[in-house]
Amino acid sequence: MKSFWRRYSGNPGAVVGLVILVVVFLVAVTAPLLFPQSPWQMVQRPFLPPLTDAAFPLGTDALGRDVLAGLAHGAWVSLAVGLVSTVVALAIGVPVGALAGYFGGWVDDALMRFTEFFQTIPSFALAIVLLAIFQPTLAFVIVAIAIVSWPPVARLVRGEVLSLRTREFVEAAVLSGQSSLTIILRQVLPNALPPIIVLASLMVATAVLLESSLSFLGLGDPNVMSWGYMIGAARTVIRTAWWLSFLPGMAIVLTVLALNLIGEGLNDALNPRLRRRPE
Amino acid sequence: MSLLRVENLSIALPKGADRPFAAEDVGFDLAPGEILCIVGESGSGKSMSANAIMGLLPEGLDVVSGRILFDGGDILTRTEGGLMDLRGARIAMIFQEPLSALNPLMRVGAQIAEVFEAHGVLRPAERRTRALELLREVGLPDPEQAIRAYPFQLSGGQRQRGMSAMALALEPEILIADEPTTALDVTTQAQILELIEELRRRRGMAVIFITHDFGVVADIADRVVVMQTGRIVEEGLAEEVLHRPRHPYTRALIDAIPRLSRAGEPSEAAGETILKVEGLSKTFGGGGRLFGASRVVHAVQGASFELRAGETIGIVGESGSGKSTLGRCIVRLTTPTAGRVLLGGDDIAHLSGAALKASRRRIQMIFQDPFSSLNPRARVGRILTEGMIAYGTPHIAARTRAAELLELVGLDASAMERFPHEFSGGQRQRIGIARALALEPAIIVADEAVSALDVQVQAQVLALLADLKARLDLSMLFITHDLRVASAICDRIIVMQRGRIVEMGPAARILRDPETEYAQSLLDAIPGRDHERARAAL
Amino acid sequence: MIRFIAARLVKSVFILLAILVLNFLLIHAAPGDPAAVMAGEAGATDAKFLADLRERFGLDRPLHVQLWTYLADAVRLDLGFSYRQQMPVASLIWDRLPATLLLTGTAFVLSLVLGVMAGVAAAARQGSWRDSAISTLALLFYATPLFWVALMASLVFSVWLGWLPAFGYETIGGGYTGLARAADIGAHLVLPATTLGLFFMAVYMRMTRASMLEVSRLDFVKTARAKGLRRGVIQRRHILRNALLPVITLAGLQAGQIFGGAILTETVFAWPGIGRLMFEAIAQRDYNVILGVFFVSAAMVLLFNLITDILYVVVDPRIRLTGGTA
Repeated sequence: MKSFWRRYSGNPGAVVGLVILVVVFLVAVTAPLLFPQSPWQMVQRPFLPPLTDAAFPLGTDALGRDVLAGLAHGAWVSLAVGLVSTVVALAIGVPVGALAGYFGGWVDDALMRFTEFFQTIPSFALAIVLLAIFQPTLAFVIVAIAIVSWPPVARLVRGEVLSLRTREFVEAAVLSGQSSLTIILRQVLPNALPPIIVLASLMVATAVLLESSLSFLGLGDPNVMSWGYMIGAARTVIRTAWWLSFLPGMAIVLTVLALNLIGEGLNDALNPRLRRRPE
Repeated sequence: MSLLRVENLSIALPKGADRPFAAEDVGFDLAPGEILCIVGESGSGKSMSANAIMGLLPEGLDVVSGRILFDGGDILTRTEGGLMDLRGARIAMIFQEPLSALNPLMRVGAQIAEVFEAHGVLRPAERRTRALELLREVGLPDPEQAIRAYPFQLSGGQRQRGMSAMALALEPEILIADEPTTALDVTTQAQILELIEELRRRRGMAVIFITHDFGVVADIADRVVVMQTGRIVEEGLAEEVLHRPRHPYTRALIDAIPRLSRAGEPSEAAGETILKVEGLSKTFGGGGRLFGASRVVHAVQGASFELRAGETIGIVGESGSGKSTLGRCIVRLTTPTAGRVLLGGDDIAHLSGAALKASRRRIQMIFQDPFSSLNPRARVGRILTEGMIAYGTPHIAARTRAAELLELVGLDASAMERFPHEFSGGQRQRIGIARALALEPAIIVADEAVSALDVQVQAQVLALLADLKARLDLSMLFITHDLRVASAICDRIIVMQRGRIVEMGPAARILRDPETEYAQSLLDAIPGRDHERARAAL
Repeated sequence: MIRFIAARLVKSVFILLAILVLNFLLIHAAPGDPAAVMAGEAGATDAKFLADLRERFGLDRPLHVQLWTYLADAVRLDLGFSYRQQMPVASLIWDRLPATLLLTGTAFVLSLVLGVMAGVAAAARQGSWRDSAISTLALLFYATPLFWVALMASLVFSVWLGWLPAFGYETIGGGYTGLARAADIGAHLVLPATTLGLFFMAVYMRMTRASMLEVSRLDFVKTARAKGLRRGVIQRRHILRNALLPVITLAGLQAGQIFGGAILTETVFAWPGIGRLMFEAIAQRDYNVILGVFFVSAAMVLLFNLITDILYVVVDPRIRLTGGTA
C-alpha cells in the first residue's frame, strides 16, 4: 500500500487530478447545504453577468436561476451518474468477460458475439434510442449509460482471464480440487484487478462525458440540474451570454481531466514495468 | 595479436537493483578466428558485457568505466553514427529467440537486403541475389522460398539460420551470438552449432558465444570466460577449464551437470501397476468455432504404457512431440479425445464431478515455471492449504500439515507468511513441490520441473525429488526435453516424436544403445558428449 | 484473405439483422401502444388513425409474424413512415446521408492522419518538451465534451472573429456552382469536421504513442539496430508498421463513436445530416426516425469496420496468408 502511494504520487499530474476530484466531490456533497434552495428557482433578474452581485458570484441564466447553485448541484449529478453507471457496467462486464475467458469454447463464442454486437452498434446512438423510448429518469440514464459502456470491460476481463487461465498456478488450483467459482474468484480475478481498476477510472470519465452529452440533447432527467442541461439551455443565447455555456463546460473539462489524470496515475502505480520477473 | 580487447569494463545497474553493477571490471581478449565462450548463470552479466560491445545496452544501463578496443580505437568513445558503421558491417549479432528477433511484418529477404541498404552496399537488384546466396550458405533447404517467407512461416531452426544470414551479410570480423540455441530443440541446436563452427572455419570470423551451457562450451569453444554475478572468475583455454577448473564456482557448475552415464538399472523395488494409459489420443482444433474451421493438430496419438509403483518414467521428446499434452491428459487438465487413463479401477479420462475430484487427489503435478506456478497475490500458507481445505481438511490441521511440508522440502515453516515473490526460483520450485505433496498423492507428474532453473539449483531440486520419491514411496512421470536430466532421475524412458511413442525401455539401455534412429539422433545432439566420454575415459 | 473478408461480411449481416430485431423489440417494449409509439405523440391521438395503423402494420397479428413483416420491410429498405414529416423514413435518411458521410469521413481521416503523426512525433522523442506538449494537448482534447468544443469554436471563429460560417452546409441563396460551391461547402465543413475530429485525434495519438513505445522495446528493434540501420529507418519501417496494427483495430472500434459524435456536432452547427435529423426526431418523439437513423448509423459503422479489417489484413501477413480469424 505504501509503495502504491509512493508510485502514485510520483506522477504529479495524478496528484493534481486527485486534488481537483476531491474538490468537485466536496462541492457535490455539500451542494444541498450550501444551496438549499432548488437550483431551478428564479432568484434574480435574468442574464445577470458574473462578478456583479456578491450573492450570486457567477450570475444568473436566461430564467434568472443561480448559475453557481446549478454548477454545484450539477457536480452531484455528474459524479453520481459517472460512479454508479461504472459500477453497473462492471457488474455486467466482469462476469461476462470472466465466464467467457475461463470456460472458453462455445461459452466464449456466444458471450463474445453478444459483446461484439454491443460494441459494434454506435453506443451514443443506442443510449439516445433507449432514453427517447423510455422515461429519462436519473436511474434510467444510469442504466442506459451502463448498457452502452460494459463491452470494453468484458473484453478486457476476458483477455486477462484468458492469459491467467493458462498460468500454472491456476492449473495447480484445478488439480487441487477447487471449484471453478473458487478459482475464478480467488485465483484469477484478484490478479486481473489492476487493469480493471484503471479502466474503471477512465470509464467514470467517459460516463460523465456521456451524461453531459445526453442532457445537452435534452435526454436527461428533467427534474435534475446537470451541466449538460445548462449548456443545452444556454446554447441559443450564446451570442449574448457566452459564459452561460462556457462555465458548465469548464466544470466538465476539469472533472473529466481529473479522472483521466487519476487513471494514468493508477496505471503507473498498479502496472509498473518493474513487476516483470528479474532476468 | 588480439582483434578485440575489453578492458576494465563496468556497467552500472539502475538504482534499486540487487547489486550496483551488471558487470564489474570485466576484461578479455578476442583473437581473429577464435570462438570465445562467455559462460555463466542467469544474472551473471554475460549478456550485458557482450551488448556493450555493440553499444546496444538496454535503457537505464550505462558503461561507467573501461575501454573496448577495436580497430585501433575505443568503441565506447564512438558517436552513434560511428557505432552504426560498425554494427552489422564489422560486428554482427544474433539473438536467443529468433521469432521475436525478426520483424513479423517483413519478408526474410527484405530483412537481409536491409543490411546492405544500411551500409550503402550493392545495388538493389544485386542485394536480392546476394541474399539468396547467403540463405543458401546458411543451409536453408529452399532459399527461393525462404527469401519470400515471413518469419512466422519458418521453423525455429530456419529462423535462426535466417538471422545468421543477416549477420553474415557484410562478412563481419566478429559475430556475437547471445544464447542463440537456448530456445531451440537439441537436434536443431546441434545443427546451428555446427553452422557457426563451419562459418568460422570458412570465413575466419571470430565469435563471442554467450551461453549458460557447459555442454555447448565443450563442443565449440576455443577459450572460455566464466562469469559470476558480474565478475569474471575464471578464464582460459576450453580444454583447461573443462578438465581442470581452478575456481570453485566453475567446478561447482561443471559438477552440477547431470551425467548421462549415471542412469542405473531399473529399480528392483518397482511393484504392481499403479497407472495404466491405454490408446490415449488428443486432437486439437477442427470445427467448434462459429466462423471458419481451425487447423487440426494431432498432439498425441495412441499412447499406451504402464507406470508401476515406486517407479519413475521419463517422457522425453522435442517441442511439439506431444509429451506435455500427454502429461496434461493424464492429470486431466486436458480431456483426451480417445483412450483411457486407469488409476486404480477408475478411468480418469472419463470421470466428472465428484468422482473426478476424488480420483484427482491421487495424482498431482509439479510445473515448469517457478514464476508463474504460484499465485502472486497469495501467501505461501494459503497456497499450500487451499487444496487440503477443498478436500475437507479443517483449517488448523491444514496449516500444521503445510508447515511440515515446508520442512520436508527444505524450507522454514516461517515461509507460510510470505508471498511468492520473496523467494528465489529454486525456493519457489520447492514450494510447488510441497503443494503437489499436500494432497498425499501416489503419483507425481513433473512437467519440465527443472528446466527453468540454473544448473546448480537444478541439481539440488533433482536430488530433493529423488529423496522424496524414496521416502514417500511415490511414482513419478518426469516430462523433460533434456536427456541429461532424464538420465539423472528416471528408471525407464519413453521417447516421443510427433505425438507418438517411438521407443520405450530401461533408461540405461535407451541412453546407451537406443533402438530407433530418432532416439539416437537425440542422443547425438546432446552438447558436450565427446567431452563427457573423454572425461569418463580418464 | 477472401475467406476472412467473407466471414466478416456474413458477420456484419448477422449484426444488422440483430439490430433490426432489437429495434422491433424496443418499439414493443416501449410504454404504451406500439401504434401510438410509431405515430408519435402529437397529432396522432385520433382513434381512427390508430386503428388504421394497427390494421396496416398488422399489430393484431402474433408477434413473430409482425417481426417477420418488419424484417422483410427493412430488407427492402422500407424503414417505416414518419407521420411528423409525412415522409418515408428511408427517403428522409437518404437525403441527409451524404452530408453526414462527408462530415464523418473528413473527421475520421483528419483525426487518424493527424493523430498518428502526432503520436509518432511524441514517441520518437519520449520525455522531450515536444512529447509533453503533444501529450498534454491530447489529454485536454480527450477530456473535452464534443458539443462544448463545437459551441466554443463557433463562438470564437464565427461570432467573434467572423472567419468561418457558424452553421449550415452551404450559403443559402449563395447560388454557387462547381468549384465555388465546393469551396463554400468546404468553408462550412471546417469547424464541424475539426471539432468532431479533435477528440478522436487525441484517442489515436495516445494509442499510437503507447503502441510505438511498446513496439520499440521488442527484440526485432534491437536486431534492426544491430544491423546498423539509421534511427529514422528503424522508426518508420520497423516500429511504426507494427505499432499501427492496434491503432487500426481501435480506429474500427471508434467508428461508431464518430457517428455518435456527429449527432452532437450536426446539432450545434445545424449540419443537415442524419445526426441533426435524429436530434429533431428526439424533440418530436418521432420514433420511426430515431430507430431508422440508429439502424443506418450501425450499418455505416459496419462498413467502416469492414474497411479497417481489410486495411489490417493488408498490413499483417499473418492473417493474409493463413486466412486466420484473429
